[in-house]
Amino acid sequence: MDDKLALELVSPERLLVSAEADMVVVPGSEGDFGVLSGHAPVISSVRPGVIEVHDEDKETERIFITGGFAEVTAEGLTVLAEEAIPVAEMDREDLEQRLRNAEEDLEDAETDEATHRAQATIALLTEMLKAVA
Amino acid sequence: MASLKDLRVRINSVRSTQKITRAMQMVAASKLRRAQEQAEAGRPYANHMRRMMVSLTAALTNPDDAPVLMVGRGEAKTHLFVVASSERGLCGSFNTNIVRRARQRATTLLQSGNKVRILCIGKKGRDMLRRDLGDHIVDTIDMSGVRRLGFGDATPIARRITEMFEAEEFDVCTLFYSHFKSVLSQEVTEHQLIPVGVPEASQEDARVEGADAMYEYEPEEDEILEDLLPRNVAVQIYHALLENAASEQGARMTAMDNATRNAGEMIDRLTLVYNRTRQAMITKELIEIISGAEAL
Repeated sequence: MDDKLALELVSPERLLVSAEADMVVVPGSEGDFGVLSGHAPVISSVRPGVIEVHDEDKETERIFITGGFAEVTAEGLTVLAEEAIPVAEMDREDLEQRLRNAEEDLEDAETDEATHRAQATIALLTEMLKAVA
Repeated sequence: MASLKDLRVRINSVRSTQKITRAMQMVAASKLRRAQEQAEAGRPYANHMRRMMVSLTAALTNPDDAPVLMVGRGEAKTHLFVVASSERGLCGSFNTNIVRRARQRATTLLQSGNKVRILCIGKKGRDMLRRDLGDHIVDTIDMSGVRRLGFGDATPIARRITEMFEAEEFDVCTLFYSHFKSVLSQEVTEHQLIPVGVPEASQEDARVEGADAMYEYEPEEDEILEDLLPRNVAVQIYHALLENAASEQGARMTAMDNATRNAGEMIDRLTLVYNRTRQAMITKELIEIISGAEAL
């Protein structure tokens, strides 16, 4: 396999990753999908989860993204992420602490909006913890 | 004629003003570089977003039930102006220009019987608009606490706007900001946010997109659009804020450069007067001494 897939991971603030890889696994909202070079053009929304970058038969990078969109074209794969954090930089204890805080927020929440926000945070943090595990 | 002491005091005060303006110019220059870098870093995302919007709109199966955020409600009675300005003054005509444009548009719309509501971002714009369009201002978003603009600063504004749109508080939303062309020139730009005004697939786009217009969508187009449209609003606002920040620093830099130069000219002029006065005094004293000696 000499064809490599060009991967670009961009957030609104900057271009985060611009690399080549053999395969990238994207957590699509309808299920994970792997993208290799020559993949059919797809636009998909992305749920919070981990993007796995595979190169040379190894998993070279794991990046957590908080959601966004993925676009596959003939040129390669572009992921428009809201926010991206390399899994290696996430701290399990810190996440657990934040999850506990969010759960407290949920208990204290008085308005619907606050409840909703706390629930969203909990869902996000749970996904992040899964990624670290 | 002013005494020597008065002139000295005057010169010193102008000199300290010059020091301040020079410092401000240098601060603006370094902030400008940062703001410019940030604006450039944000460009890939905005470009990709635009491209996806174009291909999605092109692929829409039946444009008739496209989301209202995209095609609008078919009327344009109430307009929402989002006016981005700066938090600080001393940046030349930066705020004046933006406000003037917004005011012009508002006046025309009001005369033709439309309603105008204004959402200000930044204190300076609000202060200027409050005088004659005070009743139309809905709210002001304070950005003074923001040290480094992040996307997180734009999302609440976007959410606010989409919520207002869903509550049918306005039909058309226009964003006013200053586009950063270069350090010396910034251009006031108005950009229609809602309805998105289906990005006219220009000739060029059509050719580029034509090659790979056969996208698969996951989930369906309309669901993606539902997600993408509000995001697009946020991205546009973020982009405008970045441009605005760079323009503000550019305008301030030019304004402060002028001020520094003016102060320099003033110092030169005052120094000349000072020296002349001093010499006149010396001459006068000498004449007094000589004529005193002659009289003996």
